[in-house]
Amino acid sequence: MSVLVLAELDGEVLSPATARIVAAATQLGPVDLLVSGPQAVAESASGLSGVARVILAPATALAEGMVDLLASLAPGYDYLVASASTTGKDVMPRLAARLDIQPVTDIVAIEGPNRFTRPIYAGNALETVTDGQARHVLTFRASAFRPAAGGNAAPIETREATIASAARFIAAHRTESDIPDLATAQIVVGGGVSVGSAEGFRLIEALGKSLGAAIGATRAAVDAGYAPNDWQVGQTGKIIAPDLYIAIGISGALQHLAGIQGAKKIVAINTDAEAPIVKIADVALIGDLFEIVPQLTAELEKAGLKR
Amino acid sequence: MKILVAVKRVVDHNVRIRVRPDGSGVETNGVRMSMNPFCKHAVEAAVQLAEAGKADEIVVVSIGPKASNDVILTALAMGAHRGILIETDAALETLAIAKLLAKVVDEEQPDLVLLGKQAVDDDSNHVGQMLAALTDRPQATFASEIKLNGSELEVTREVDYGRETIGLPLPAIITADLRLNTPRNAALPMVMKARSKPLAVRPAAELGIDLAPRLVVENVSPPPERVAGRTVASVSELAAIIVADVNEMEAI
Repeated sequence: MSVLVLAELDGEVLSPATARIVAAATQLGPVDLLVSGPQAVAESASGLSGVARVILAPATALAEGMVDLLASLAPGYDYLVASASTTGKDVMPRLAARLDIQPVTDIVAIEGPNRFTRPIYAGNALETVTDGQARHVLTFRASAFRPAAGGNAAPIETREATIASAARFIAAHRTESDIPDLATAQIVVGGGVSVGSAEGFRLIEALGKSLGAAIGATRAAVDAGYAPNDWQVGQTGKIIAPDLYIAIGISGALQHLAGIQGAKKIVAINTDAEAPIVKIADVALIGDLFEIVPQLTAELEKAGLKR
Repeated sequence: MKILVAVKRVVDHNVRIRVRPDGSGVETNGVRMSMNPFCKHAVEAAVQLAEAGKADEIVVVSIGPKASNDVILTALAMGAHRGILIETDAALETLAIAKLLAKVVDEEQPDLVLLGKQAVDDDSNHVGQMLAALTDRPQATFASEIKLNGSELEVTREVDYGRETIGLPLPAIITADLRLNTPRNAALPMVMKARSKPLAVRPAAELGIDLAPRLVVENVSPPPERVAGRTVASVSELAAIIVADVNEMEAI
């Protein structure tokens, strides 16, 4: 049972999600990894444990080209797999329809070679399905799986391909930062609308920095312009599963809770002891975030935790 | 330009859902249903294009039981011109839905198809992309801005790293994200007027598509429940807990 995994790029480097998708996919069979991008990415991808072969193809910015590429490789594989990221979501259903396959997406647990669990209703229910099709098109939530180790040296095979698309790429508007990747971070500090302003979010960022954490935000905080859209955590934003989630000034709307359900431990800092997030937090501190957060940052700085 | 908008009737997104104790699914009997929120953004985008004089006909289509007439009427009240209900009581998978829609696209030949990016019941996020494959049209998913420049649509998409802008020649498929617009609530006169707009009902079986499911849903269960932990009294106490936690974390 062979598996083709679509490697995910973050700009010109391999995204941390790929190591997690590869580790999950090795449960299904030997993994070939398709890198549509620069040679350097193929080289770092070849180091992932569990990868039998890296297939290096020209870069494609749009779903149509990527689907053509995957469809040309598909006959050799039982499973076609990608991350449930915006790229995976853009590409894999289109590929599945092209191959006349019903995909199974956003998988959080592999129960067997054709049995998978995925969340529905914003994570308020989990559905387990058996996929009896001859070939499987799947996406996995990176946050639900541990990353593959390094140290491998899989061979890299270059594949010539002409990539065409009716659509054209015009521009990327990338949020530049040195903050860890939100979807795969071990620690996430999240801010809600009570943070009050973009300046207020600097407090959240400073706390995050003291922990080497990624920064998240609620939809309300993003809509209010306090935080960029790619920080949004929730049903329509990113789904995270860190070891530690520190929720600051977040009430815990249903759609936000959907995004943090996988967090191992939740710490809530909130003025309202009755807030829904306080009711599910492992540890809560009731009080004003503008007093608490700077003090907490200072204490953690002293402890020298930054990972 | 002719626009086709697909809309889905789902459990209202404000309803706290309940998993049936026998694991057969989520309870929908007696539960408030409404138009999937993302579909509303798609309808609004179509209506705005019509109001700007860039579209002359908006056809809204829904696939589901007879009661899905509700969401078609909502779209007609928002400003769509006519409706099509592909009627079926079966729970269809996304591939079957996309195939039925492809059939409608084949008959209607719209220049643009607008859909919500995902339905809030199955959270699949498949149908727009599948329809694009089946009709061999370019796609732009997670759209937060749509501009029409001559014969090219310039679409800004919400992606993991921020946003990106792509150009789509018509005919094309676009799926709507939340920031695309603020859907209107139709005024009462529009709601009344919607009832007199044409609405065709066609049994799904008539369209000649194999609707048999490919997957077997074995079980639906609630997620593990979280319970309240403890409340600490001071920042130092909280800091000590965080320090202990972080020190315990396995480095990855």
